[in-house]
Amino acid sequence: MDSALIPKGVKRCPVPQFGLWLGVWTVILLWGVYALLLIWFKGLNQTNMNDSYGFALWIWADLAVIALGGGAFFTGLCKYIFGKDELKHIINYAVLLGFICYSSAQLILAIDVGQPLRAWFIFWHANVHSMLTEVAFCLSCYFGVLTIEYIPLILENRQLDKIPFVHNLTHNMHEIMAVFAATGAFLSFFHQGSLGGVAGVLFGRPFAFREHIFIWPWTFFLFTWSAAAFGPSFTLLCTKMIEWITGKKLVKQSAIELLAKISGWMMITYAIAKTADTAYWASQVNIADFYTNNPGSNYGYWILFTEIVVCGFVPALMLITPTIRKNPVLLTVAIILACIGVSINRWVMVLQVMAVPIIPFEGFAAYFPSWQEIATTILPVAYGVILVSLSYRYLPVFPDEAELNPIEDEEAAPAVEAAVEDEDSGDDAGVEPLPAEA
Amino acid sequence: MSQGHSNSNSTEKGQSRAKKYGMVIDLDKCTGCGSCMVACMQENNVPFKEDETDKLLSLTWMRIYKLSNKKSFPDADICYLPRPCMHCEGHGGHSPCVSVCPATATDYSLETGVVSQIYTRCFGCRYCMGACPYHARYFNWWDPVWPKGMEKSLSPNVSVRMRGIVEKCSFCYHRRQLALEKAHLEGRRELAEDEYQTSCTQACPAGAITFGDLFNPEHAVTKIAQPDHHLAGRPQNPDCFRLLEELGTNPKVYYMTTRKWVRKLGDHYFGKKEGKRAAAH
Amino acid sequence: MFPFNFEWIWDMSHIVFMGGLWYALTILGIGMTYCIIKAALDTFQGKGGGHHH
Repeated sequence: MDSALIPKGVKRCPVPQFGLWLGVWTVILLWGVYALLLIWFKGLNQTNMNDSYGFALWIWADLAVIALGGGAFFTGLCKYIFGKDELKHIINYAVLLGFICYSSAQLILAIDVGQPLRAWFIFWHANVHSMLTEVAFCLSCYFGVLTIEYIPLILENRQLDKIPFVHNLTHNMHEIMAVFAATGAFLSFFHQGSLGGVAGVLFGRPFAFREHIFIWPWTFFLFTWSAAAFGPSFTLLCTKMIEWITGKKLVKQSAIELLAKISGWMMITYAIAKTADTAYWASQVNIADFYTNNPGSNYGYWILFTEIVVCGFVPALMLITPTIRKNPVLLTVAIILACIGVSINRWVMVLQVMAVPIIPFEGFAAYFPSWQEIATTILPVAYGVILVSLSYRYLPVFPDEAELNPIEDEEAAPAVEAAVEDEDSGDDAGVEPLPAEA
Repeated sequence: MSQGHSNSNSTEKGQSRAKKYGMVIDLDKCTGCGSCMVACMQENNVPFKEDETDKLLSLTWMRIYKLSNKKSFPDADICYLPRPCMHCEGHGGHSPCVSVCPATATDYSLETGVVSQIYTRCFGCRYCMGACPYHARYFNWWDPVWPKGMEKSLSPNVSVRMRGIVEKCSFCYHRRQLALEKAHLEGRRELAEDEYQTSCTQACPAGAITFGDLFNPEHAVTKIAQPDHHLAGRPQNPDCFRLLEELGTNPKVYYMTTRKWVRKLGDHYFGKKEGKRAAAH
Repeated sequence: MFPFNFEWIWDMSHIVFMGGLWYALTILGIGMTYCIIKAALDTFQGKGGGHHH
């Protein structure tokens, strides 16, 4: 039915199957949209946030999604600026994931502010001394960059590409993509850092506060570094997921291994820096007050150990070891641990530092998000799955898909692809594809 | 604007020199009656709900904490501690909340020492609440609803706030504006000590709250707290202390008590080396 | 964000912050304008009609 839109030389599942898949995620999406509308119309009283938890699940989701989406800028930086051309096999997907992550972050922010209709004040009445201002500006601008990077992919759709102007525009945008990628890296450096600075500048919150270099606290650099380190792991994780779901090898093993290696080396340097930061921080404050001396709290030293060792050093060492990163199962374990690690870091830097009482005669306040908060946090996941699904089906996201998955009858492929895919997907579902070079 | 007016000689409405309004609360006099809280809410049109059981959702610009020395009879002792906004000066007006506000909706005035909040500018990001270690900033989780007839008793001098924004104690700044207008009409440039007083100060039946200009040696607050302006306003009166002194927030609300255990509860001593962080700010 | 906003001060903070912002926006704007104009010119010259793939 939609075969005219599907890229040449690849197979896609039949329309009803695709429709069912989209339908399930659309239901989840609508649940989130319902919660979103409730919040917009009734206000933030729909959440379980309170005056002790002004920053809660959403801010964590924001920070986590931006850290994980850091794969887009860092992969782009490595490909276009550092000349790691091998990454061309995965760059489209990294851009798509970045686009999803950043649009999700903006959506969450739009829900999270008390007066969404005044959200433009952050630009118009900007206080340049606030880390949040820097976040807002760089995040919005970088989302513009991601849109510019995503547009050529949309325009490469088989039908759109037939239009000469569109074809030329795509070509020209590819020609100067390095300029856009460099701008994106510049903006990413600052907004990733500023997100770390959000907590690091709070000198009234001794567990969040860090010493400064010029105007930037340590956390500024740690956040940028960790996004560059862990973001590519998220790109790889999503690659593994889409390969698992489609039952196809979509990205050349060489690109996967290179990105895993880069991610691993970034991660090990980050983990060392984070350890040094933690050691210095522990010499400045009584960390027992942060981890254990809070009746009613479940935080303990376990969270520090999990973040830095289990989900920091362990995946880093795994990824820098060639034999481990060549093993698909161990590689998957490492990138999952990495994604958990950076998410825990963001949780600690927002939720935990805000929750730990500072006034000596105040106690620890517990918090569990309301269903509206959970639904609106799952909403971007559903949106992301839908956008990835549509992009995968109709756009040449994976340039090597046709080469890695040759269709036997090349001539008749577009016409019969639906029927063939139906049988194939049943057989292949859940099977981890073998590495192309194996 | 937030950082721009550092000239302490600048004048505002005919004021000849900068003021630094502050407060001393005598904890040994406070009975915890709550008059200050009630007066504050009435004066500043602070809304309330039918169900106020969850105090983390209540708006209490002035809030009274009950402190205990956690000892049993006969050594048991309690202390009530009223907590308004501390109007932190930080270092040179760099208060914890002001610098973080992305929309310039809150400001530190070096002419009065008051941390102001522009309600119509705030868009409710709550970053300032995260920055404030005193929990002195409150979010309007709901639109205010007044019991029937009560809207007639609202003060016309203070704007009511809508849901989705942050508010806090203003040291009854509107009272200063009214006093200045009166003084201006009378051809005066300076306010007398009793012309500008906060509602909580006046409502306290025990006279536990003293309010005035910490730069003015004649004012009672200065005489009691004896702030050392060379040491970020640290009190020289040994009975006086400030909450979380060592963080370097440089608050302008001083507490006074002869009880050592109360003074000790005023800081958490998160830093292993006391005062180290304060010195850095 | 603009010099006519009343919060604006011509100090180093504003010059560095807003300078960086407008610099980035200018690059993006010029880049996209170049792509679009060049694509239009290429199209008039008859490029892009064939199938390159």
